Amino acid sequence: MSEQSLNAPGQPKRRLFVEIFLGAGVAASLASFLYPVLRYIFPPETAEATSDTVLAGRVGDLKPNTGKIFRFGSRPALLILTPDGQYSAISAVCTHLNCTVQYRSDLRSVWCACHNGMYTPDGRNISGPPPRPLDKYDVFLKGEEIYVRRQGNA
Amino acid sequence: MDVLGTVRKWLDERIGLHGLVEFMEHKKVPQHRYSHWYFFGGMTLFLFGVQVLTGILLLLYYRPSPNEAYESVEYIMTQVRFGWLIRSIHSWSANLMILTASVHMFSVFFLKAYRKPRELTWLSGMLLLFLLLGFGFSGYLLPWNTLSFFATKVGTDIAGQVPVIGKWISVFLRGGEDVTGATLTRFFGFHVAVLPGIATALVALHVLLVQRFGMSVPPSVEAEWEARPSERREMRFFPNFLLRELMAWYVALAILGGLAAFKPWELGTKADAFASAPPGIRPEWYFMFMFQTLKMIPPKIWIFDGELLGVLGFNAAFVVWVLLPFFDRGPGGRAQRWVTGAGVFALGYVVVMTVYAYFAK
Amino acid sequence: MVCRGAKNALIMVALSCCLFLLAAPGLPAQAKNSCINCHGLFDPPLGINAEEFAGSIHAQKGLLCTSCHGGDSSSDDMTQAMGKAAGFRGHIERAQIPALCGKCHSDAAYMRGFNPSVRTDQLSQYQTSVHGKMLAKGNSHVAVCIDCHTTHNIHPPNDPRSSVYPANVARTCARCHANAEYMKDYKIPTNQFALYSTSVHHEALAVRGDLSAPTCSTCHGSHGAAPPGVASVERVCSTCHVFQQQLFDSGPHKAAFGAMGFPGCITCHSNHAIQHPSDGSIGTGNTAFCVRCHVEGDAGYTAAAGMHAGLVKLDGEIQRSEEILKRAQVSGVEVGQTAMALTEAQDDLTKARVAIHSARPDAVDQNIQAGLKVTDKTWQAGLAAMKELKYRRQGLVASIVAIVLVLIALAFLIRKIEAPKPGETK
Repeated sequence: MSEQSLNAPGQPKRRLFVEIFLGAGVAASLASFLYPVLRYIFPPETAEATSDTVLAGRVGDLKPNTGKIFRFGSRPALLILTPDGQYSAISAVCTHLNCTVQYRSDLRSVWCACHNGMYTPDGRNISGPPPRPLDKYDVFLKGEEIYVRRQGNA
Repeated sequence: MDVLGTVRKWLDERIGLHGLVEFMEHKKVPQHRYSHWYFFGGMTLFLFGVQVLTGILLLLYYRPSPNEAYESVEYIMTQVRFGWLIRSIHSWSANLMILTASVHMFSVFFLKAYRKPRELTWLSGMLLLFLLLGFGFSGYLLPWNTLSFFATKVGTDIAGQVPVIGKWISVFLRGGEDVTGATLTRFFGFHVAVLPGIATALVALHVLLVQRFGMSVPPSVEAEWEARPSERREMRFFPNFLLRELMAWYVALAILGGLAAFKPWELGTKADAFASAPPGIRPEWYFMFMFQTLKMIPPKIWIFDGELLGVLGFNAAFVVWVLLPFFDRGPGGRAQRWVTGAGVFALGYVVVMTVYAYFAK
Repeated sequence: MVCRGAKNALIMVALSCCLFLLAAPGLPAQAKNSCINCHGLFDPPLGINAEEFAGSIHAQKGLLCTSCHGGDSSSDDMTQAMGKAAGFRGHIERAQIPALCGKCHSDAAYMRGFNPSVRTDQLSQYQTSVHGKMLAKGNSHVAVCIDCHTTHNIHPPNDPRSSVYPANVARTCARCHANAEYMKDYKIPTNQFALYSTSVHHEALAVRGDLSAPTCSTCHGSHGAAPPGVASVERVCSTCHVFQQQLFDSGPHKAAFGAMGFPGCITCHSNHAIQHPSDGSIGTGNTAFCVRCHVEGDAGYTAAAGMHAGLVKLDGEIQRSEEILKRAQVSGVEVGQTAMALTEAQDDLTKARVAIHSARPDAVDQNIQAGLKVTDKTWQAGLAAMKELKYRRQGLVASIVAIVLVLIALAFLIRKIEAPKPGETK
């Protein structure tokens, strides 16, 4: 902490320089702190990902006796409109070796292309290697939108 | 001439800003070879401020329920712009704060800053340190990931070992017999309401006491100054000391930013209450020396339960540690040598055990 | 012996008097089962566990001792209850047992009264089994109904207490088939149970609790138990492994195996000790099945090496993508969509592993290429995520520059205000 300065202090020019220097630095650093904070405060476009509920599609997306894959968290899930007009949502991850299952209109069943596993449209395993039923989700309609929710989290 | 000057004048006329500045200018900080240790208190205070700010920001998106906690943190980390930064800074700053607070405590201890009349400052500081550990323990659980879930299980289990009231403590902490969603709700309450409230009051008291008695000068320096009064050096609190403190804060900010960008705080995997504990369960590093000790104690010592003895031992040690200033009977005495020895032992033990815990696995 | 006989007789007399008074009012008239009064107290072989019998399906459906053993259980007079006039048969010879059980169980009209959909072909099936044929030749050493179903403790096969509950079948068969001493007159191995216990099928059934997983009777039949012939092995496996059979039939191995008399699936996978195949099961390594027949230089050897390389490549690519995505995810970069896309590649890998059974490299390669196309995209997405991380560091650099600027300015400022003013002495 030597206070011996060879430079003569207090020169107006130099003082101004230090002050501008400091002011610019403080302003820039504050900006670099505030910018992220401001960006943070405004919510992102993607709706909140509480992985309990997800928008699976809209009424009219599906014709009866078809199904479609949608994303639930980071895993695929399957929304089915049965021939008699009921919606059913199940996990699309086969319980055998985690392949993605699909709805087969001709079989009116959920089918896994990997080992010919077969499930009913509400996920019960009926033939082939799958050892367990697929997880079943709740489906509910809000206007035109079809929401799917994990069971047991009402 | 300038807007700043006008504003300053306006404020001065109403709240006496002038008085405050004058007061700070008159406040003196002793200047000697140990002066740099004075910065750690202010550094801890600054990090506390960072915690409050980032904590409030995290509250905008965090949800304290077992079904949503992990997802909301994931959302903060991946979806919210700069969410990763805010959360990483909050986590890193928490750890840094425990570190600076510990350094502050040991420097106060070895520089004998706790001497009369500053015993109450020491007590309030120790309480604050325990509060910080409480912040750390409760905050660790909030992201609801596997590691924190099981660490909380182990931690509250250890609290349950205390005789007579252990069971009660454990149930109180967990909000039930086991670590569940109820525990999360509780810890959230502790972390964002109870602890901050108490901590703010204590910080105010602590700073007030420091202000009341001024900065302590270590006895060795004091003796030198007594001998040669011309050596005595002081620095104005404002602006000299505060500007230096500001530099320290900026350095801390740079470190935090670097840690957040290069080592973002990890998310882990979502806790599953019914899964078996994964290997490598460990608490945060500042609990490691206790964790490692309890792991190394044999299950039975004579007729007593080893872990219980360990828990009781630590409790006793903390009580003694907090009360150490009262045993110190002034310079040169035998008591003081004992106290210093205890401090060296404690510091050595904590450091060695912490390092050992990470290498021993 | 004399002593025990006398004791038993005494107990019998005493109890038949007491129990008559005590128990008679509680029992419905038609269900009176006086046999139990004495036989419930004896040691085997004359005694039975009354509680066990009461829990059995037969007792539950209202059958009495007399349903099989004859006699009259409504009488407390031993000479009448076990008299010739009441049709008492007493001990039933082993050779007679299938016919005795069949009396009811092959009577569709009678069985319908208990369970309209129950099968009634057990006896005729049994007569086609190895057990049944040997019994017909006069060998009463072989399994008859009670050896698998127990005598008095019979439960339906979906009852976990039953000896023929899926998870219990293997142990039931092993009672004889794993007993080298008992099986010494027959020229068949006794290690099937030990081998089966190491198999993937056993793991699925016993460890993962998948009751549809195969046990002994799934492949060998239960009442018609017999080893499947060489020709039918493939059809037996394909009841579950449909695709593998179709692909096998479409490939060159079908004809080749047939010509050499190899029994289909088990040529590679073995029979009882079927292990979980790995990517090393194909190819030219020392765990590969292929090298048992193919030697370096022949077309099959080259094909095997190619298919193995394809699987390993795709598997490696998937892991590489998984790793980078995981790294991005824990650092807080959103990669959920990409992670989901990656499951397609995993699907393709699984399909390729099934396609192996065709032994046609082109069929395998089709799946491999589809998978590689996916992993190519996911890897690129992973790299992009990493770039996003780098972008953050650039932001940091900007902020650090500002911070350093402030630090330098502060240092200057401190130096300036602490410099001795002109004329001031230190």
